[in-house]
Amino acid sequence: MKRLTLILAAVLLCAGLSAQSWSDSSTDLHKYMVPAAPGAASPDRDGFIGRWLLLDPISKPNRTNTVFTDSYIRETFGQTYFKGQLGDVLPKDGSKVKKTKLRWHAMDSKLFNVKLFRFATNLAPEHYGVIFWAATVINCEEEIPDVRLFAGSNSASMWWVNGEEALIMSGDRRMVMDDCASERLTLRKGRNVIWCAVINGPGMSDFCARFLDRGGNPVRNFTITVQ
Amino acid sequence: MKKILSIAVFLVLAGLNALAQVGEPYIHDPSTITECDGKYYTFGTGAGGLISADGWVWESGAVRHGGCAAPDVIKIGDRYLVGYTTSGGGLGGNHDSRVVTMWNRTLDPTSPDFAYTEPVEVARSEPDEDCDAIDIGFIMTPDGRLFCTYGTYFGNIRIIELDPATGGRLPGSRPADIAIDCEATKMIYRDGWYYLMGTHGTCCDGVNSTYNIVVGRSRCVTGPFLDNMGRDMLRGGGRMLIAAEERRFGAGHFGQIIECEGVEKMSLHFESDLDRSGRSVLAIRPLLWRDGWPEAGEPLQDGNYKILSRRRGYALELTVDFVRSDPGMMPFWIRQDEPAVALGAQKLEDVIGGWPSGEIPVRLSDYMARPHQKWTIEAVPGAGGYLGGPYFRIVTEGTGRALAAAPGARLETVPEFTGADRELWRIEQLVDGTYRILPKEIPGQAGNNDACAGAMCLISVADSTPGLGVFDFNSDNCKWDLKRH
Repeated sequence: MKRLTLILAAVLLCAGLSAQSWSDSSTDLHKYMVPAAPGAASPDRDGFIGRWLLLDPISKPNRTNTVFTDSYIRETFGQTYFKGQLGDVLPKDGSKVKKTKLRWHAMDSKLFNVKLFRFATNLAPEHYGVIFWAATVINCEEEIPDVRLFAGSNSASMWWVNGEEALIMSGDRRMVMDDCASERLTLRKGRNVIWCAVINGPGMSDFCARFLDRGGNPVRNFTITVQ
Repeated sequence: MKKILSIAVFLVLAGLNALAQVGEPYIHDPSTITECDGKYYTFGTGAGGLISADGWVWESGAVRHGGCAAPDVIKIGDRYLVGYTTSGGGLGGNHDSRVVTMWNRTLDPTSPDFAYTEPVEVARSEPDEDCDAIDIGFIMTPDGRLFCTYGTYFGNIRIIELDPATGGRLPGSRPADIAIDCEATKMIYRDGWYYLMGTHGTCCDGVNSTYNIVVGRSRCVTGPFLDNMGRDMLRGGGRMLIAAEERRFGAGHFGQIIECEGVEKMSLHFESDLDRSGRSVLAIRPLLWRDGWPEAGEPLQDGNYKILSRRRGYALELTVDFVRSDPGMMPFWIRQDEPAVALGAQKLEDVIGGWPSGEIPVRLSDYMARPHQKWTIEAVPGAGGYLGGPYFRIVTEGTGRALAAAPGARLETVPEFTGADRELWRIEQLVDGTYRILPKEIPGQAGNNDACAGAMCLISVADSTPGLGVFDFNSDNCKWDLKRH
């Protein structure tokens, strides 16, 4: 009887835990992200930032991700790819980079992470050996001190908050939630601009980002826009 | 010069013996090591695999049909189910792949019963979906259900249920996503938890391969698999199990071997072994468990050790007179104005003249860092071994006096190590990090002492009295700590 009880408990526990993630072979963009909805967005329940302005991938052929050393990505992301790069004013949704004709897309991720690879396979001719640029705006009603930006990316990436370098993540990385954390920083009242650049050779590419407070709790008391 | 070279070669080989499988253990993506009719087998990417009679010396010769990538094996009843993948991993230019399974009644290619059944497809991935159906790993649950995981960095790791009677996909079983950004997954079960091992890092880059094995756990076979920080493996979570060693890089493709209660090992490959021209090699390491999580044990390295009983903490020592050291006691009640200086410890030459020249028995006593309590443990080249380790000799440090099993399940030391089986010791790290120490042979006892359960090992008969007795993982009498000195 005790054994039966234990088995039943285990079955119920599994049933309760299993928000089963059944496999799905479709790769349409709307499975991963959709055009940004009108108005401001909010972080998800875990604090992940889902609204981003994404630039069509920039061709940067690399046969392997093992070349992404700190100096390599710092030099690569240090080049100028578009006007206003790392600036306080974001490009407009739908606008194009003058020289390359690459287009900016305001998107809302449907997942905790941003599937750059599927963004590319659906909207761009190239999806391997590329650089992705992303930007978003965190709008705070009050100053939020003593937080850190936590991010993960596949593969290497750099991150900037309000024009200051916040994170560099080198190497052949897999995207791991909360893989790296910035120094403690203050989200100022009003607009806070976050820029991110991700480079990938072969394989899939994505990133995730959120702010955590000193206690490790997700910061959620802000809105997200891309203007 | 030639002598120096010879010594150098010997030292290199000795190092090899302690840390890596010997023979020709060259393989990539090894399947879980599986025993069949007294021999061990593992298959790799490509058509072949390795065979070992003792689990230490490996040679090529295993045969798997189908070639291609990353197989796994599980024994079900009296048959062996072998799974592999037909393409994928970008091998054919995309991620179009099939996972297939087939049966064989034996893994011995020389057996008249050796014949693979026709492979059947159990899972697949389309060229561009978020999955790459390679790297199959089997798991049989405690209630007899059979599952397999598969997938690579290209998308999700998936699980499906198989029919243990046919090896085919269970009708109605639907693939579920359980992790991302892994390769070479393998699930195991222990104490109410399912553990999902996955390989992270860079594959196939030789000495620069950053492959490493991580783990998450779940109460359910279908997840969610959370790491020690509570991160879901579907969000990249995973706690490190094993990464690179000093001279081996690219740890991947976990497999578990449970030899008997308390004795577990894991198989894997290192993609590059600096001691073997940087080739990809099979490795076997102790599998430990701490606080509900698996950890990699260390292969025992040649060196000087104290051997401490877990029963009381006493040290194994020769039964010889305790010789007092000078300068004895400095009076603590009298002020000492001279600067403190370092004093020498008692040396072997200070005491060895008083030791008997023949056999000397051993006993256990509190450790006092005396020569009769210090032991050198060294792998014995050419003596063979057991699953994951070579036979060692245990000699009093600075001498050839060797610990040996004696008739009547007794212990003694012989004046010089001769290489006899009774002087060879199997030393295995247990799941709790302690060691068990077993003689290869006990005089007067038929056959080699090479079973796992029921084997005779070094035990504490009493706090101060060692002997040989049947191994029992649940008794501290059978466990030892090996601490370098």
